[in-house]
Amino acid sequence: MIRALLADLFKPDRHAARVVPRAGHTAWLTSFTAAAMTFLAVFALALSLAAGRLAERWSAALAHTATVRIAAPADQVEIQTRAVLGVLATTPGIAAARALSDADQRALLAPWFGPDLPLEALPIPRLIEVTEDPVGYDSEGLRQRLAAEAPGAVLDDHTRWRRPLAVAAGRLRLLAAVSIALILTTMAAMITLAANAALAANGQVIRVLRLVGARDVYIARAFVRRFTLRALAGSAVGAAAGMLGVALLPAADAAGGFLTGLGFQGADWVLPLLLPVLAAVIAFFATRLAAFRKLKELT
Amino acid sequence: MIAFDNVAHSYGGGELLSEVTLRLAPGSFHFLTGPSGAGKSTFLKLCYAELLPTAGRVTLFDREVRSLARDDVARMRRRIGVVHQDCQFLDHLPLAANVTLPLLVSGRAAGAQDLADLLGWVGLGQLAAALPPSLSGGERQRAALARAVIMGPDVILADEPTGNLDWEMSLRLLTLLVELNKMGKTIVVATHDLNLIRSAKAQVAARVLRIKNRRIQLAGADL
Repeated sequence: MIRALLADLFKPDRHAARVVPRAGHTAWLTSFTAAAMTFLAVFALALSLAAGRLAERWSAALAHTATVRIAAPADQVEIQTRAVLGVLATTPGIAAARALSDADQRALLAPWFGPDLPLEALPIPRLIEVTEDPVGYDSEGLRQRLAAEAPGAVLDDHTRWRRPLAVAAGRLRLLAAVSIALILTTMAAMITLAANAALAANGQVIRVLRLVGARDVYIARAFVRRFTLRALAGSAVGAAAGMLGVALLPAADAAGGFLTGLGFQGADWVLPLLLPVLAAVIAFFATRLAAFRKLKELT
Repeated sequence: MIAFDNVAHSYGGGELLSEVTLRLAPGSFHFLTGPSGAGKSTFLKLCYAELLPTAGRVTLFDREVRSLARDDVARMRRRIGVVHQDCQFLDHLPLAANVTLPLLVSGRAAGAQDLADLLGWVGLGQLAAALPPSLSGGERQRAALARAVIMGPDVILADEPTGNLDWEMSLRLLTLLVELNKMGKTIVVATHDLNLIRSAKAQVAARVLRIKNRRIQLAGADL
């Protein structure tokens, strides 16, 4: 079958290609469908790749850090902070531990409460930022030691934040993959409909060809090649437009938030270039199936 | 060459043709007559496997048509030229391309001189580049005949080929068919034009088959 596709595309029977009239509403319908669906597929692909990267980035960022929160009476905060730092310094698997200064904490809270927050007047717990080494640490053992040395200290290893983020990013990726599958299936359906319409509109052509001794494969080839090339061309235009659209998206730093990283990076740019090839393969098989099914209805 | 053995055909209602048994010998010339709707076109379609018999056996070139795969039918039709009253063409292709279509679909090249000779023979030498919709009825019939013979078929079937033609053009087409028969081709012409049959019998030893009461019988001397 693949050999038939390559032969039809690259060693065409130019006579077979001529027997089907070029004009017809199915011509632009096929090209337009392929272009529009590929355009959408490029964005779905970009979303899928971005969701994957986002999931990895969130997981990586949260997986190697932890926070110790110290909520103690004001006169105990410094004592317990030193105790916690001492415990952390002697815990295997901890690469670094740093108590956030008032300025650091004010900066963290500024987006929500503004820059003039009177930190000293509020019962805000002291935060210690913990960085793991690649091996990691025993979180349960650390919790027990912290409970013994600093009763007001609570270890937050980010598990409860990391899991829903990873799940959300995974679902977003799945959604994008399903979207791509639906887009390609819709493209196959539309091209099949267009091929059926073309076959019906060219009933006289088919009757004449059968009358003069044309085999089914000859007749089918005339339609298949036409539709495959139309889908390839339309899809190439759609892919180019989609890639241009992705390239023109705001830069990650400027957009921020969720849009951060939406697009293609590095070798990812090759993937949308494969969509026209995929569209051509889909058109080839969809048209071939439609053509042979239609021809079998004729004697 | 083409043999019918107790053949019947029905389109779903009653039988249009029944108990048809005959053989078309190589090089023979047959006319098939009968009133409109008698089954002349059905008989011809059975001859080139566009229809299959609902009973009996049709044999084309020693092969029973029901045993033929679709590709076999296609190859068989390259040995049978067909001319219809409402001859159909690929309207977007010029006359020359339409006439050479049987060669193209069988993967053979059309020689320019052979094509010119053929178009000259049917009197269409000046119209090679014309598109079919621009041709007159007589020109279309002759073009269809040229297309039917370009593969050098063994059999030529013509279904009311003069139905849309004036008498002069009908005689011209008949002359071409007689010439083909003299070249050894088997000819079957379905027509209800008795004058055409009489003219042909003056030129060639044609047999006349008549469809009557769903059966095909040899017509008598009353023609």
